[in-house]
Amino acid sequence: MSWNWEVFCKSTLEEDFSPVCFGTGGEITYLDWMLSAWGWTMSVSALGLVVAMVLGVLMGTLRTLPPDTLLTRCLATLGNAWVELFRNIPVLVQVFLWYHVLPAFFPVMKGFSSFILVSLALGFFTSSRIAEQVRAGIGALPRGQRFAAMAMGLTTVQSYRYVILPMALRIVIPPLTSESMNIIKNSSVAFAVSVTELTLFAMQAQEETSRGIEIYLGVTALYAISALTVNRVMALIESKTRVPGFIAAPSSGGH
Amino acid sequence: MNIDLSFYSWELIRSYVLSGFIFSIQLTVIATVGGIFFGTLLALMRLSGKPFLAVPAAAYVNLMRSIPLVMVILWFFLLMPTILGRPIGAEASAIITFVAFEAAFFCEIMRSGIQSISRGQVHAGQAMGMTYSQNMRLIILPQAFRNMIPVLLTQTIILFQDTSLVYAIGAYDMLKGFEVAGKNFGRPIETYLAAAVIYFLICFSLSKLVRVLQQRVAIIR
Repeated sequence: MSWNWEVFCKSTLEEDFSPVCFGTGGEITYLDWMLSAWGWTMSVSALGLVVAMVLGVLMGTLRTLPPDTLLTRCLATLGNAWVELFRNIPVLVQVFLWYHVLPAFFPVMKGFSSFILVSLALGFFTSSRIAEQVRAGIGALPRGQRFAAMAMGLTTVQSYRYVILPMALRIVIPPLTSESMNIIKNSSVAFAVSVTELTLFAMQAQEETSRGIEIYLGVTALYAISALTVNRVMALIESKTRVPGFIAAPSSGGH
Repeated sequence: MNIDLSFYSWELIRSYVLSGFIFSIQLTVIATVGGIFFGTLLALMRLSGKPFLAVPAAAYVNLMRSIPLVMVILWFFLLMPTILGRPIGAEASAIITFVAFEAAFFCEIMRSGIQSISRGQVHAGQAMGMTYSQNMRLIILPQAFRNMIPVLLTQTIILFQDTSLVYAIGAYDMLKGFEVAGKNFGRPIETYLAAAVIYFLICFSLSKLVRVLQQRVAIIR
């Protein structure tokens, strides 16, 4: 077989090729389309990640509340139920639930675009995994920290706000890195509800051009670049937020 | 909005869902067994210390782990007819894809399992005069496997959830069965809900089972 990379310069409307590979005058090439699809993939992932972080940290924290009062016990149960619910349903099924089922129960959601619905679905799905990591991160802290906060007379909310969470959230940065890379990969399920992100682009462009290998290689490379970028950004955040001398960098071998 | 479950009947389940359910289970079992087999081979290659084995294995594993599963499914569906020289169905393509894809994930699990065995065990095997393969087969792999059973089963639950992604190439799995039933009866809401409930029940009970098993199989050290 022979390569035909010119397919990316081809117009999506007519049988002609753009000399600069970018469409002019309202026409778009497959390269234009792929880059816009990349934008959708990253937007879905970014919005989903924000939702997942907020809900995941909240639910993960609730699960670690001390069982002192009825309220904290109820909240911890809520956190546990949340994780079980969103972890045990396949992400594609969750996307269908958000897209087809929930709008029937909550009419206001009929006005949401599929971009928003997919981002919410991904966010809720990933939040259960982040909650698990956050719970483990809080559990990994020495118990003395919690006791010290109590001895200082801090309330439960204050001890989480000023003592436990600032340390625990730094511990969970490495697992959150892999969750951020996972959400980019999982965003590919958005194809199922017609969000033109990279996977749907790959499927449609392959059908239209019959140059599947070139198209898939381009898409695969973009996924790899995205994952690598997220990895580097998270490593930067990790080094910027490190508390000197407390949580050692993995490379320095602890102390 | 009202939910009408009256159209569900044994007839509907049997004609739409059952064959899809059986395929989902088949895919999960074959991918688990095949994935663990090839994953163990990959892990042995990565740990062999010989670059001509370790480098390709590591490259394969990292490649598979950095691409979305849906893209891997699409890749195999595109390439398989070219490689085999004849068209194969979506179901057969899905099975090959899942074995190849899961091998990369099981490789990492088996690798950490093998590395969790203390050096003393390896040395003891060598001191007994065992060859590399005897040592692996009789001493290390059985222990590594046993230590990793809970993780392997957890990966299998994830794998079962991921089988729903064969939707991308139109293979007829459980989710597809519910979807087709929903379209034919004009009741997509009820069928998607039912699919979610069934996936949840299966995965939830399996994960509870894994938790019980975890305490049973732990080797006392």
